[in-house]
Amino acid sequence: MAQVMLKDLNKKYDEVHAVKDVNLHIRDKEFVVLVGPSGCGKSTTLRMVAGLEEITGGEIHIGDRMVNDLPPKDRDIAMVFQNYALYPHMTVYDNMAFGLKMRKFPKNEIEQRVRDAAQLLGIQELLKRKPRQLSGGQRQRVAVGRAIVRHPQVFLFDEPLSNLDAKLRVQMRVELKRLHDRLETTAIYVTHDQVEAMTLGDRVVVMKDGWIQQVGEPMELYSRPANKFVAGFIGSPAMNFVDVTINDAGGSITAETQGLRLTVPPAKAATLRAYKGQGVTLGVRPEDVHVATAADPAPYSFDTTVDVVEPLGSEILLDVRAGSATLVARVEPTVRVKVHESVRLAVNADRLHFFDVKNEHAI
Amino acid sequence: MKKPIAGGSATRVEVAVARPQASSRPQRPGLLENERVLAGVLLTPTVVLLGMFIAYPFVMGVWLALSSTSVGNPGQFVGLKNFVKAWNDSIFRTAFWNTCWYTGWATIFKLSLGMWLAILLNRNFRGKRLVRASMLLPFIIPTVLSTFAWRWMFDPTFSVLNWLLYRGGFIVNKLPFLSDGTYGLWCAIAVNTWRGMPFFAISLLAGLQTINPDLHEAASLDGANAWHRFWHVTWPLLKPVTLVVVVFSIIQTFSDFQLIYVLTGGGPANSTHLIATYAYQIGVATGLLGEGAAISLFMLPVLFVVVWLQLRYLRRLEGA
Repeated sequence: MAQVMLKDLNKKYDEVHAVKDVNLHIRDKEFVVLVGPSGCGKSTTLRMVAGLEEITGGEIHIGDRMVNDLPPKDRDIAMVFQNYALYPHMTVYDNMAFGLKMRKFPKNEIEQRVRDAAQLLGIQELLKRKPRQLSGGQRQRVAVGRAIVRHPQVFLFDEPLSNLDAKLRVQMRVELKRLHDRLETTAIYVTHDQVEAMTLGDRVVVMKDGWIQQVGEPMELYSRPANKFVAGFIGSPAMNFVDVTINDAGGSITAETQGLRLTVPPAKAATLRAYKGQGVTLGVRPEDVHVATAADPAPYSFDTTVDVVEPLGSEILLDVRAGSATLVARVEPTVRVKVHESVRLAVNADRLHFFDVKNEHAI
Repeated sequence: MKKPIAGGSATRVEVAVARPQASSRPQRPGLLENERVLAGVLLTPTVVLLGMFIAYPFVMGVWLALSSTSVGNPGQFVGLKNFVKAWNDSIFRTAFWNTCWYTGWATIFKLSLGMWLAILLNRNFRGKRLVRASMLLPFIIPTVLSTFAWRWMFDPTFSVLNWLLYRGGFIVNKLPFLSDGTYGLWCAIAVNTWRGMPFFAISLLAGLQTINPDLHEAASLDGANAWHRFWHVTWPLLKPVTLVVVVFSIIQTFSDFQLIYVLTGGGPANSTHLIATYAYQIGVATGLLGEGAAISLFMLPVLFVVVWLQLRYLRRLEGA
């Protein structure tokens, strides 16, 4: 059990600057998820913590030790790889016992630890099998088992669920969360799947192009994204973005584009007044758009034409057009609309987001 | 514009329609539609070639070994007389043990040096491709030519190796590279190793590249040092490739002819003969075709046992 500190961490390859000035304090027993599109530097960061990549600049501390120059085996960490990396010629038992054998644990303790881990993961009856005789989910469990028998200070997960089918992924996600609650070991988890990040992480680190974009608890990222990238990355379907112009319409501030005119809610009016006459990006999540009723105030309602209807059972996604803007709305499954029909929609005024056009920061 | 749900199934229907159209094309019944006939036609060229160039010479060899045939004399069946004679021949015994010695050491050197080279070449470095390609040079030069070059280097009078060793102050008297039987055989082993090592290195390198690098990373996180990683991860995973390469090499080295023929010609005083060169000397140079065939047939049981043992081991590895 230990905290992990990354200070001004940098990684440069010949031509690529993969990780840029990453500063992160992962608290003891915390489950932190690094998430971002491919090439954002999340895996490289993880591999630097593991000691599998050399550090170009900065410091990594695990517990109270600086580990920059320690080889992987001396960092007291365990890692679960994307393709599991199970030794194909060893049985499940030997795979799990290998790390302990290398560290010269007594035989009976190895046996005890492997059996305990196998029981915890429900793989007792697989111990004599070879990896190729296992299903994807079983291999995943063995890979996790190999990590937990070591009782490391930190667990590292490198996209461990991305090779599983969708159903199994959901199941393993829950199991990993349960396992972490039980083992209370610090964990760093890398994924490109924002749903995994949101559901697993105590805190989520969103990365892009080697930079950390935002660090926060899942709901904080969702409701108060720091910039347009985080806003678009977190949440599914993604947030709608519309380029609008800020106008001062006799006291109230409006955000307008052709065919769409919304009043800026009072809470944001003061800051947005500075953008008068300029363009900003309006962001609104599909779940914050609904079919307008009589109760919806006119400044937050607008007419649209339906382009596509996607019924998902529990909800319906409407791709609509409002003037030049296109939006996705997530509406109740009871809504009955057809393609090319017009429908009046409304937004939740207190959930509108505005982003600077130039630096894309939230306003 | 994308279409919801229904669009997907519509595409599937179109695909389903395409198939009956294809199968409704009129069929041409013909002789080749019959699988047995087709199989026969396809197999014939292979069977004819194998029969002409492998089966016939082999059967002929066995027949010759059991006969007293010599050049100009059709000969007659003499049973195992040729084999008994060969076994009682001291030169044959020397040749037999030479062959085992030569094969054994050359294979050990080729395997260990080839493995070392493969592991080196599996790393990332500048000019990797060029080095990998140039490593194959000894392998692509015709053996006879490269062996001639080696013979010059080992030449009793003009040996550049002796000159270097002498100039370097390592020796006082010239080494009798090819004029002494023991030295001669070791020289042959050295040349064979030089020539055969690239094949080992390239094959093992190919094997190494199929090993997922994640396994090494996992092992290093598991606390394994470089030697442990080789012994517990690389070697077990490389074993099937290694066995195949070793079997190949043993077969080729055990039946080696041209290297010894050019380098020492079996001399001095018949002390460096291998089975193949001695069989040639008796069968072709001396003209005793029956006896020569018998000598060369001594290779068969040895190679058979080697191949059988290793294939059995390989099958067990794969089945495990």
